[in-house]
Amino acid sequence: MLTTEKSASTEPGIENFDAEAVNSKEKRVLYEARKKIHPKRAVGWFRGLKWWIMGVTLGIYYLTPWLRWYRGPDAPDQAVLVDLANRRFYFFFIEIWPHEFFFVAGMLVMAGIGLFLVTSTLGRAWCGYACPQTVWVDLYLVVERYFEGDRNARIKLDAAPWSASKITKRTFKHIVWILIGFATGGAWIFYFADTPTLAIEFFTGQAAFVAYATVAILTATTYVFGGFMREQVCTYMCPWPRIQAAMLDEHSLTVTYNDWRGEPRDRHAKRMRAAGEYVGDCVDCNACVAVCPMGIDIRDGQQMECITCALCIDACDGVMSKLGLEKGLIAYTTLEEYGSNMQLATGGNGDDGDDGGNWLADGIGSVTIRPQNIRGSDGKLVDAVKHTDLRSLLRPRTIIYTAIYAAIGVALLWALAVRDTLKVNLLHDRNPVFTVLSDGAIRNGYEIKILNMTGESRSFLVTVDGLPGATMKTSGSAAPESRSLRIEARADKLQASRIFVRVPKDRIGGSETDFAFKILAIGGSDQTTAAAKFEAPSIFDK
Amino acid sequence: MSEKEKEIDESSGIETTGHEWDGIKELNNPLPRWWLWTFYAAIVFSIGYIIWYPAIPLLNASTMGISGTTNRGILSEQLKAVEEGRRATVEKLAASDLEVIRADAELSRFAAAGGSSLFKVYCTQCHGSGASGSPGYPNLNDDDWLWGGDLESIYTSIKHGIRNDVDDDTRDSLMPSFGADGLLEAAEIKAVVEYVLQISDLEFDPALAQTGRQLFADNCTSCHGENGKGDREFGGPNLADSIVLYGSDRASLRAQINKPKHGVMPPWGDKLTEAGVKQLAIYVHGLGGGEKAKAE
Repeated sequence: MLTTEKSASTEPGIENFDAEAVNSKEKRVLYEARKKIHPKRAVGWFRGLKWWIMGVTLGIYYLTPWLRWYRGPDAPDQAVLVDLANRRFYFFFIEIWPHEFFFVAGMLVMAGIGLFLVTSTLGRAWCGYACPQTVWVDLYLVVERYFEGDRNARIKLDAAPWSASKITKRTFKHIVWILIGFATGGAWIFYFADTPTLAIEFFTGQAAFVAYATVAILTATTYVFGGFMREQVCTYMCPWPRIQAAMLDEHSLTVTYNDWRGEPRDRHAKRMRAAGEYVGDCVDCNACVAVCPMGIDIRDGQQMECITCALCIDACDGVMSKLGLEKGLIAYTTLEEYGSNMQLATGGNGDDGDDGGNWLADGIGSVTIRPQNIRGSDGKLVDAVKHTDLRSLLRPRTIIYTAIYAAIGVALLWALAVRDTLKVNLLHDRNPVFTVLSDGAIRNGYEIKILNMTGESRSFLVTVDGLPGATMKTSGSAAPESRSLRIEARADKLQASRIFVRVPKDRIGGSETDFAFKILAIGGSDQTTAAAKFEAPSIFDK
Repeated sequence: MSEKEKEIDESSGIETTGHEWDGIKELNNPLPRWWLWTFYAAIVFSIGYIIWYPAIPLLNASTMGISGTTNRGILSEQLKAVEEGRRATVEKLAASDLEVIRADAELSRFAAAGGSSLFKVYCTQCHGSGASGSPGYPNLNDDDWLWGGDLESIYTSIKHGIRNDVDDDTRDSLMPSFGADGLLEAAEIKAVVEYVLQISDLEFDPALAQTGRQLFADNCTSCHGENGKGDREFGGPNLADSIVLYGSDRASLRAQINKPKHGVMPPWGDKLTEAGVKQLAIYVHGLGGGEKAKAE
């Protein structure tokens, strides 16, 4: 029995909000122009956590490009740098060459698995806490609140006619928004070039066109997404809300309105209780609706729009403590626990029993919740009420996710620890495959690429192994043929050389001989081999 | 036009267009404004585009557009820009001594790359895409040179060509038609062939080779040198090595002595720039058979 009667009188000390969920369940139509949402500032534990996360993530984003990391005189000294021109990626002590892209691929796989893990345990924690859209909208709301005041003041200002004061407030708000957007776009380009240099170039008009274009585009998207589109980005543009439905299960924590203790809601709970009526804990103050940045009413149940930012939890917990009731009318709850408590509250009267207590399937509106079932005569929740048990996080699914996540992580760390600092690519000449020389000896040509993946220039000694009588020279060199070659490779560079290997007529074993080039760093321990073939005319096959 | 009363659809609250088919009425849901204005803007843009750029195809060409821009024109501008960017290096190439170019890592890399692309355009027709030649056309990868394998000699061969009637400084030499002009009897030619086989380290007839040896000394050494080691002054091939231009079987050798074939190459100095010829010389020298500069 839901009380729908609205009344001005309230529970003492509880503010009632004239808030209507913009995206409420009943009023949803196929297409509707956006109605502006004016989220009220929330106060509480989750809001505090979100301030911290916002500070840390924004700090990482804006400041990282300015961190320095010395790598030697010939390498860039920026801690994190995507050097597209030279095809290198630098991350503190890690340097990745294009052929090591599997590190990036591995990290993307880890990010994917990590998202699965977080979603299957904590629901849409990414959406609610760490997603850039959420973080920047939060930041934009801070600005909006600073210039225009909190929810009620903003609604009033929206409705007010244009005045000097309104124009001033709006102008300042938009200027700060655009400056934040500019800083965001500006920070982005710093990841792709030396930050101090680019910063000077940028502001003196000497940077590349692409730098200005990128900053302009990112300034515009940040401004539009953070200032105007906000929750529409999550609901209509982002695919993740659609995917998450498949990732959640009955053991995942989601922000839930516990209607088993909230219903029947009534604004005059105290009076009703005094009159001997049984009412739920919800006093229908709409605090949860007022703070919601997505414009939904969490009491309608799980909804696609909900990013689980938990601000409604903060809002409701504040009200509950004022009422002297247990916190957690809106709380992180698993579907299983919720179902069990619903069973208790309804005495099973609404469950058709064919789907293991799935209340969402049966339809909440059709059941009768009896507050006396969950609250004893002493006013405390009865012992049979289930409370969130963190052990539900530990289940085969999450263990498998964790194992895969850890396995990839360990594999990447191992690959990083044993990463080669010397690599050789070898290409045998195809045209001609071999050349007959005037004394009957056979010569083969090879393109040898030495990748010196260290911060210092090195010399390498190239010798052949398994090819008796072979002598070598490099293309165009005036030096006489010898048993070994010395090739210089500059720091952090690839050195390509054409080398010729010659074997005298009487030392050739057949039309195709397998051998190997040995490459040794002079004055170091790095060495590697490259398998090769020596080709000769078929007359050498005996 | 009379001002008609707007009809409002009851269930949706949207006005109708007044169109009705079999009782079905069309609601007036106009296109979104942003879409419409983008559409109009695109039309305006296209008018400007047609005026500015070549656009409308005609029978033989198309309208030129007042900007005069064409893809072909853009390409030639870009090519010009590339050329401009290379000018300094190319001028340096043209002015530098070949050995200086070879010793300079940056210059020689540039020259070899340029030479490689010139080679593919001008040389592959005879010498093959891998420069390995074919019967009658020398393999440029090996270390057997008719006219010399140092940079200077290669440069001269490319610049002035071989046995052409265009360049006065062309490399020239002529082997007499010993058989066709009756300088040697058929039996004598046969004997010389056996001797050539002997010095080439192939199977031969010792008795005939003995006769051939004397005949060779009388008729051939002036160009092919003592012991048949060749003489690059006259482009006289080395007959004592493993590389034979026109075939090393008896019939081929006999035919070559009877009425010799002579390779011809045009003078590329006429067609290519000084820098281009130098680039080709560096490239060919770097194919593997390049020799050290002759001691002056």
